[in-house]
Amino acid sequence: MSEDLTERILDVIAATQKLPRDKLSIDRSFAELEIDSMDGVNILFALENEFNITIPDEQAKSIRSLRDIVDGVRGLIEGSGQEGVALPS
Amino acid sequence: MRQRVAVTGVGVISAAGLSSGTFWESVRAGRSAIAPLQCVEPGALRFAHGAEVRGFDPLAHFEPKQIDFLDRFAQFAVVAAREAVRDAGIAWTPELRGRTAIVTGSCVGGQSSEDSEFVELYKKNRPRVHPLTVARVMANAGASHISMDLGVTGPCFTVSTACSSANHAIGHALWMLRSGVADLAITGGSEAPFSLGHLKAWEAMRVVSPDTCRPFSRDRKGMILGEGAAMLVLEPLERARARGVRIYGEVSGFGMSADAHHLTQPAKDGALRAMAAALEDAGVPPEAVGYINAHGTGTSANDATECAAIREVFGAHGDRLAVSSTKAIHGHALGAAGALEAVATLLALRDGFLPPTANFSAADPECDLDVIPNQGRAAEVEYALSNSFAFGGLNAVLVLRKA
Repeated sequence: MSEDLTERILDVIAATQKLPRDKLSIDRSFAELEIDSMDGVNILFALENEFNITIPDEQAKSIRSLRDIVDGVRGLIEGSGQEGVALPS
Repeated sequence: MRQRVAVTGVGVISAAGLSSGTFWESVRAGRSAIAPLQCVEPGALRFAHGAEVRGFDPLAHFEPKQIDFLDRFAQFAVVAAREAVRDAGIAWTPELRGRTAIVTGSCVGGQSSEDSEFVELYKKNRPRVHPLTVARVMANAGASHISMDLGVTGPCFTVSTACSSANHAIGHALWMLRSGVADLAITGGSEAPFSLGHLKAWEAMRVVSPDTCRPFSRDRKGMILGEGAAMLVLEPLERARARGVRIYGEVSGFGMSADAHHLTQPAKDGALRAMAAALEDAGVPPEAVGYINAHGTGTSANDATECAAIREVFGAHGDRLAVSSTKAIHGHALGAAGALEAVATLLALRDGFLPPTANFSAADPECDLDVIPNQGRAAEVEYALSNSFAFGGLNAVLVLRKA
């Protein structure tokens, strides 16, 4: 589940950023991937839709790396008890 | 010799006051009009505050049938323009009507009319929207309604450059008077951004503060939206003197630039080039400026970048000038912001009293300027800048001069 979740999050980020999926790994920082603040809010929007969660602004501000995102999304999914159910498209 | 341009009338609709007089009282006193939003259900958004215009009754200003044609932003524009024209004591003649220009700014026009009609379509599954939707939504509706309301038949148009709209509008009115294309101008901006759809878009950008707007404070958390309108009557200084009318001050200079950098992140270089261009246009050295009404949105990026730009333009004089953001009082009214702030700046110069940055809580080393925290103060200033920096990297700065 945990690895699946990481993979799904990286898939969303790759799709949002139009980046090749193999460039992304959990240890990359936003700076390395040239992800700026506007890219960041686009990624959060896509993750909110994918996992049916709401990411608070305060939490969003502290995100600097893909690992921060994965940890944050996992925490929100566990908190909501929804087990990462995607919105019906 | 180039025509000097005077401001002879002002009109305001704002959360901080429904006339220029009440607006200025609030701004002077640093009384913030930021309050819990009433236009949406509690909990509908991640933020809960705005600077909404309260107590504005359209029926006090328009016939019921007229109101059908007027989005809230256009209502604000017309009411502010009427006040400004009345204030300037304009005696209309057919010739003057033809020689009067109207230049307004608006960022999102009548989007709340669009929002409510799209609710009919997408949510209520009705098959049609109101036939006046197009005419209510168009960003030039404010300018068009002012022209019809006052019978003004000269050049009339709207500038839409996001948060710089009103400053770009006022700057173009200045140019038209200098060039002799017009003898009188009604100019400013109006905005009414409080619809759920539009607020949701701001929420998604994550730039709105969860509590209030604290420009230049270390613990600032973002901007707070506002609404309203401000209109100014501009005319050649000599003409105003010949009429013997009260002169609020002059619009002495206008400078513009584009960052060519990023859609939402500000760039110091663009901001400083606009300020420098405005000073050059006014023909005054940086040392002549005593006050800056800053763009000062209260976002982390804007305030630090703006302060760095001011430092670079003004050098050592940066320690001697005062800077405040009145957005903590009237909110960020987007396409009306520059006009509200131009009125605040002109009245500050007139009264020799600089308005404070309200809600200030803690100094930020990245905003190391005299930001007039919380308490306004008496100060005789001859020249002031009023800054507007828009999303899209479009910057517009006015130089205003005491009468």
